[in-house]
Amino acid sequence: MKNFQVAIIGGGVIGSAIARELSKYKLNIAVFEMGSDVASGTSKANSGVVHSGINSPHSSLKARFCVEGNKMFQSLADELGFPLQWVGKYIIAKNEGEINELEHLKKTGMDNSVSGLEMKGGSEVKKKEPNVSCVKALWVPTAGITLPYEFTIALAENAAENNVRFFLETKVTGLKKQQNHFLIKTNNGDFQAEVVVNAAGLNCREVVSMVEEPDFQVYLCRGEYLVLDKNYSSLINSMIYPVPVKELGVLGVHITPTIEGNILLGPSAEFIDDPYDKRTTKETMNNLIQEAKEIIPSLPDKAVINAYSGIRCKLALPESGGWADYRIEESKNMPGFINLLGVESPGLTAAPAIAKEIIKMISRLIELKEKNSFKSRIHGRKRFSELSTEEQLNLIKEDERWGRIVCRCEHVTEAEVIEALSNPIGAKTISSVKYRCRAGMGRCQGGFCTQHIVRIMGEYFNMDVTDIKLKSPNSNLFYGRTRGDQSD
Amino acid sequence: MVEPEGIKVIDHSADVVVIGGGPAGLAAAISAKESGAEHVVLLDRNSWLGGILPQCIHDGFGVEETGTSMTGPEYAEKYIEMAEKQDIDIMKETMVLQFDKRREITAVNKNGLHKIKASAIVLAMGCREKTRWNVMIPGDRPSGIYTAGVAQAFINLYNIMPGKNVIILGSGDVGLIMARRLKFEGANVLGVVEILPYASGLPRNVVQCLEDYDIPLFLNHTVTCINGKERVEQVIIAQVDKKMNVISGTEKKIECDTFLLSLGLIPENELANNVGIEIDSITGGPTVNQYFETTLSGVFACGNCLQVYDTVDVLATDAKNAGKSAAKNLTIQKKDKKIITKVAPGRGVRYVVPQIISEPGKVHLTLRAEKPRESSVLHVIADDKELLKKRLLWANPANMIGVDIDIPLEVMTTTQNLEVMLGDC
Repeated sequence: MKNFQVAIIGGGVIGSAIARELSKYKLNIAVFEMGSDVASGTSKANSGVVHSGINSPHSSLKARFCVEGNKMFQSLADELGFPLQWVGKYIIAKNEGEINELEHLKKTGMDNSVSGLEMKGGSEVKKKEPNVSCVKALWVPTAGITLPYEFTIALAENAAENNVRFFLETKVTGLKKQQNHFLIKTNNGDFQAEVVVNAAGLNCREVVSMVEEPDFQVYLCRGEYLVLDKNYSSLINSMIYPVPVKELGVLGVHITPTIEGNILLGPSAEFIDDPYDKRTTKETMNNLIQEAKEIIPSLPDKAVINAYSGIRCKLALPESGGWADYRIEESKNMPGFINLLGVESPGLTAAPAIAKEIIKMISRLIELKEKNSFKSRIHGRKRFSELSTEEQLNLIKEDERWGRIVCRCEHVTEAEVIEALSNPIGAKTISSVKYRCRAGMGRCQGGFCTQHIVRIMGEYFNMDVTDIKLKSPNSNLFYGRTRGDQSD
Repeated sequence: MVEPEGIKVIDHSADVVVIGGGPAGLAAAISAKESGAEHVVLLDRNSWLGGILPQCIHDGFGVEETGTSMTGPEYAEKYIEMAEKQDIDIMKETMVLQFDKRREITAVNKNGLHKIKASAIVLAMGCREKTRWNVMIPGDRPSGIYTAGVAQAFINLYNIMPGKNVIILGSGDVGLIMARRLKFEGANVLGVVEILPYASGLPRNVVQCLEDYDIPLFLNHTVTCINGKERVEQVIIAQVDKKMNVISGTEKKIECDTFLLSLGLIPENELANNVGIEIDSITGGPTVNQYFETTLSGVFACGNCLQVYDTVDVLATDAKNAGKSAAKNLTIQKKDKKIITKVAPGRGVRYVVPQIISEPGKVHLTLRAEKPRESSVLHVIADDKELLKKRLLWANPANMIGVDIDIPLEVMTTTQNLEVMLGDC
């Protein structure tokens, strides 16, 4: 049986941020992730927004960690090399009646020490955002965008580079306190740990119930998104948000530019029962376009290249306003069992600050000694399409695979695919390539490059390509060989 | 400063550069060479020539052109041999990143970056397949969803089975051919679903690929949802009304592990778009004149990036003309700009290519009907004057219609718009 000092359940953005922060200390750390890669749940399926901290009341953990996290992002992006742009956000009032809400948000923001908040008139907004119509808007310059999966992957991979063990496709099935350690049962064997961190996201209640009776309920609120073709990237420059939907405790359907030039519409908000029900629906797809058109009337109808959904982990029902604060606490009955409950939006922004808080909590349980060997990843992934001619030429000279374009829509080279496959956490699905180097994310949605990625994976791992999975343990791409090929 | 050897951009120049080495690009390059272009460069991003043809192992290629029915690889081989004999400068595994208004092309391959200054460019980038999101099919996002062409590549080029129990949406030719191909490989093809009241592929393919193998064709049906958290588990099909809206209550679950999409093809014109070449919103390809010249002087277009063809035979014929024009570099600019006549689709016609007539004389028009009709009449009208009236035995959107017409100089000087219509007899 493998012994660890700290076991983290869940390889989402929270689990990965904690793992990376802990990897600065002399500790044996394990992360158990049931998916085939990190960021396989809500962490990859959200707006990718680095929030400023204007939406949560002053005394809340949501406000505190959001504001603290926001301030940590730039240096993290510099250290880890994930993309980040401070594009700012307009929250718009579509009519006079909504202006009050803008004032309220501004006040909350100022209470939370968010700087730079400014009310702008409709014509002033029009100058910056010619396609947006509103009577007034709150300008939030400290809001930014990132790629949530790249952020999570960068945290996890840097943790792995600093000796955190990632166990993928490993679902925790049982948890038991035994004297001074926990026994962790998984589908991949049993493990021991002194401290267990429950960062299981949507499954946080399931994990708690393995050791004690949970004193809370989780309410799942699905949000669907549409992704628009890069051809329409010039529609907006900043994020455009409506005033929040108070009844549901959500921010409402907003229009978000992405780092890569696509535009996101969403998310919707629908309470559901099944944490794995990440479907998209016709009705919501139509609604998203309608609601986005209320903000940008010139939005084209046929611009969608993809749709997805993510699920919010809420601790409050819509009947009670849909808003509840995070619960980040050590179990009272079970010392060493640290729970992160209801970490929904702005969880992505809050992740780095939450990780610091967890370190403090763990330091009260285990003596933490910083290690000298910690290596912060100072280089990001190289993207052929973003490099200068000279850099491109140098890379091709070094390795001719930089001169072979595999994904024609996003101009991803074979070298980038290989780099994605050689990731230090051992993720090896088609999706793990896609989320690391963007191959398959363009307008043809993998039509041209899937066959090349399959071939490259077969060669790189020296594996039978018919064993390749799309994104999870049972998402096999193929059903064996053709008839003519069965003889060999 | 002298740059160190090996890390500079490689400069070339050429009379004609053809972008894309599929059947259109090959035909255009060969024809350009035969028409007198001295230095012809053919660029392709794949490691092979022939484009999609190597995976089209069924026959029927070349019948109209040569009278012999060939498979895709055989047809491609014929052209590849010709291109090799013609001393065409072929660069494989070379991706064009962009070209500018002065026709300077930037391309990349394993040897480095290339700048190619071209007197004329022929666009032959082909097309891509529509995805589930082009028609907004909701549901889960499991494995087992393939466009028909991708499934065809896996089966025919890699000997891999994309699935066992298959539903196909869309009765375009690729979908029909894949239904039969999967059946040959022992898969269970549960049906082809088509939203229109008629099949959108060639009638011969409906008979030879579906009827001969008892594969059901669900007309006036569509797929409303895909279910399956990891691998496809089922799709929901439903009937549609005349306006193509789903009739509620007609939904049916079909258990399957694979969902193939054959929804049609989209011309690939990112390169043309980026340089500001006008794109016809209906064909999805560049607006061209009768010499296949786009709105950017010296840049020509052919093949499936111009319009999606039904057969490679017609495609190759047009591509040869485009290659010839490029070699002779018949640019609009050299003619009197005042005499430009636009050709527009009228009643019963979805589109017409070319969209511009820049010179009087004999012009070959290709067009598609909006819906299937028996015995109809094709009219070409210049203002109130009928230039051409031709009886057709039938008109089917799946079959491109070609017609030759003589445009006299006086028509061009008096008319700015020609209209092409299909009417009843």
